[in-house]
Amino acid sequence: MPTSMRTNATNFAKAGLLGLTALSFAMPTAAMAQRDPAYAAARANGAIGEKMDGYLGVVGNQDASIRKLVADLNIKRRANYTQRAQSQNATIEEYAFTQGCVLINRTQPGEKYQAPGGNWQTRGAGAPQRDPRCP
Amino acid sequence: MNSPKLTACFRFAKTCSRQGGLHTRPRGAVRWPVLMAIPLGLGGCIQVNAPDEAIVIELNINIRQEVIYQLAADVRDNIDENPDIF
Repeated sequence: MPTSMRTNATNFAKAGLLGLTALSFAMPTAAMAQRDPAYAAARANGAIGEKMDGYLGVVGNQDASIRKLVADLNIKRRANYTQRAQSQNATIEEYAFTQGCVLINRTQPGEKYQAPGGNWQTRGAGAPQRDPRCP
Repeated sequence: MNSPKLTACFRFAKTCSRQGGLHTRPRGAVRWPVLMAIPLGLGGCIQVNAPDEAIVIELNINIRQEVIYQLAADVRDNIDENPDIF
């Protein structure tokens, strides 16, 4: 095989590979994007926690970047709850509350969540304290 | 061959009489059906005067709890479909 042809072939292969990688990046971000690293870190170190009402809360005094992160995510959550509640013939509060129940249930050990009394708790190895109305 | 039919009839009869009892109970406010019902021998049912408000509150609580349980499945799907915001 001449050198020029070989480089052409490798270039073509490279382009194909690039295209595939681009596709595989583009598809999951549209369908199943994962948590933003800053959000994941704030959850892990207990700066933010899951509230009973289905929204995120800032635990104690945190800097402005954390507060903005929480506010932005809560706006997205509210839009999501509004849409899903409508399709389920429920109120936004009912949907958000149920979501909160499940989100608190799914917190990882070390993460913060709001107990029925309203105070922040750190999730341990056992089940979290939840509202008696939770499913 | 006749006996299954008979039992079926009995079940229907039971359900009907139960439903009739429920319908006649909160009827305190409406007088016309009361007058019509007396000749039919349902006078005893009409004497029960349940307060309407209490019934309404109880229903609201039941519906709320039921809604939360019905939403549980959709809420779990929601987390899987939108992992970036949860």
